[in-house]
Amino acid sequence: MGSVEEPARWHRGDEPFGHWHRGPFWLRHRGTGGPLRRDTAERLAGGVASGLAVWRGFNITTVRIVFVLVCLIPSGFCVPLYVVAWLLIPAAGEDTSIGHRARSDSRGIALAAGLATLLAFLLFVANVVGNGWVDSYAWPQLVTVAGLVLIWRNGSPEEQATLRRLAEPLGSAPNPAARTRWSAIRLAVAGVLILGGAGWLASAHESLALLRPLGAVLLVIAGIVLVLGPWWLRIARDLSMERQAKVRAEERADISAQVHDSVLQTLALIQRRADDPQKVIQLARLQERELRSWLFEGRAPNEADEDMTLAAGVRQIQQDVEARYGVPVEAVTVGDCELDENLNGLLAAAREATVNAAKWSGASVISLFAEVEPDSVSVVVRDRGKGFVPAAVPADRKGLAESVHGRMARRGGTAEVVSGPGEGTKVTLKMPRSAADSPARRP
Amino acid sequence: MSGVPRVVLVDDHGLFRSGVRAELGRQVEVVGEADDVQPAIEVISSAQPDVVLLDVHLPGGGGQAVLQAIKPLYPSVRFLALSASDAPEDVIAVIRAGARGYVTKTISTAELADAIRRVAAGDAVFSHRLAGFVLDAFASGGPADPGVKPSFDPELDQLTSREREVLRLIAQGYTYKEIARELFISVKTVESHVSSVLRKLQLSSRHQLTRWAAERRLT
Repeated sequence: MGSVEEPARWHRGDEPFGHWHRGPFWLRHRGTGGPLRRDTAERLAGGVASGLAVWRGFNITTVRIVFVLVCLIPSGFCVPLYVVAWLLIPAAGEDTSIGHRARSDSRGIALAAGLATLLAFLLFVANVVGNGWVDSYAWPQLVTVAGLVLIWRNGSPEEQATLRRLAEPLGSAPNPAARTRWSAIRLAVAGVLILGGAGWLASAHESLALLRPLGAVLLVIAGIVLVLGPWWLRIARDLSMERQAKVRAEERADISAQVHDSVLQTLALIQRRADDPQKVIQLARLQERELRSWLFEGRAPNEADEDMTLAAGVRQIQQDVEARYGVPVEAVTVGDCELDENLNGLLAAAREATVNAAKWSGASVISLFAEVEPDSVSVVVRDRGKGFVPAAVPADRKGLAESVHGRMARRGGTAEVVSGPGEGTKVTLKMPRSAADSPARRP
Repeated sequence: MSGVPRVVLVDDHGLFRSGVRAELGRQVEVVGEADDVQPAIEVISSAQPDVVLLDVHLPGGGGQAVLQAIKPLYPSVRFLALSASDAPEDVIAVIRAGARGYVTKTISTAELADAIRRVAAGDAVFSHRLAGFVLDAFASGGPADPGVKPSFDPELDQLTSREREVLRLIAQGYTYKEIARELFISVKTVESHVSSVLRKLQLSSRHQLTRWAAERRLT
């Protein structure tokens, strides 16, 4: 029931998790790939259905229809299940679930338990009166009621507003202060009346008697799910939290590499050119532009435009480095292809290597060679400058270690640095091309 | 050929000619200059130099016209193409018209002198850019165009892996000497690889070559 026709939804908020699609198939999500979160933006009630839809890449309407259909199964476990999900799944953008917060709300728990006991008593009475018809549908609703109470007390203001909105048709007293008490009583009465009515109906029809064993089985399943469900959910959530933390760490590394590439490099340049105010101003402007485009337009300064090709990216590196450092760059590109995230990383690493060569090698010219092969893209940055001993570079020097090696390694590529004092430096970067990529394009 | 090579400069920019003449100094003997196709043909015919430094872009028909006029008359005169801009179709056209090499005008004096000597000795000279073009043009393409009949020698239609390696290193800015060291072969072998590539470039009827150059023009 996945909707292949809705690619836009698949990619919602996809960026930080984009590379998760590798991995065992049962962890591979067709949706965002992120942890399961209730989608508060699209929700009708708790946002469970829309969250599920976004998470798995399903069509949201399909999910809702299935939810409603399942709710019609006479055991009635679906509604409490929904409420439990509402309780246990954190809303998008939050770390803790309502259930987590509710644990410290002793009054709320007492209230929920009290209400549930009261309802249980009512049901018990009704059960005795009505020859045992209620249990299949009504008992699970104890969980619903208790859960809703906890959500109402511990949810975010918007969620409380949603609950109120949902309850509005039932309890529309004009005065909000008088409304809560009145509506609670009215709700309880209405609930008992509706359940009672439905129960009478069910017991009145002989044909429905067949459904009771089924209801009982479903009730047991619902019970197991209720007992073990939170535990399963927690395991699943811990797993996704862990992955999220890993992604965050990678993001941080990307950001620090970014800052190093742009801001720190420019600051170093400004220090070196401190005696040339014109140049300093020019550098500062350039950096400001880059930083702005990164912060506000979400475009990494060293990253190419989205519709750029590799050759254009290489050309841009050439132009930028020549403009900024005044060292000629001889760029040669063989073949061409569209850029993707990995190749953007490759270009960023190539830029870093080129900038390094321009800054430190003292070479009069830098050669930048990129070749697109069917299964990989390689870039070679080479200078005939003074070179260095790669092993002697202190670990805290970020340039090659993080910006080049780290960048490449994070995306499955390799970086090789060959250098020696007086022998120049050669940085060879190789990035495998993703299989989904279109074959090499020759412009 | 004894001592320094005798050179004719063909370039429509007088400043460039005098610059090259001054820079090259005694490393070559400049026996003539020309600023357009017709004068160039006359000067070359009379001076019969070892090497003609030929600008790809000339007002009266381009360097190609000079090559086409001279080659049949004086096959011993060798041409080294030179340009500031690097439109691949121009470069490939000049090479296929018979130039033994191609360098950009940003080349250093020492390298230019070296390139002239090499061409004079009958070798081929590829700039990094040309090496990139050739790799690109010969990259494993689709099947041959049905409209074009294949080369009489299918070997001409593809590069050997060694040739490819050499071209790659040239494209990365390596000198022949550095390539020789990198690949553990002699400079002479490097030269022969490059010459072989040049021959393929000139003789191959590989359709990609023409079509590739034409497509490049669009970008």
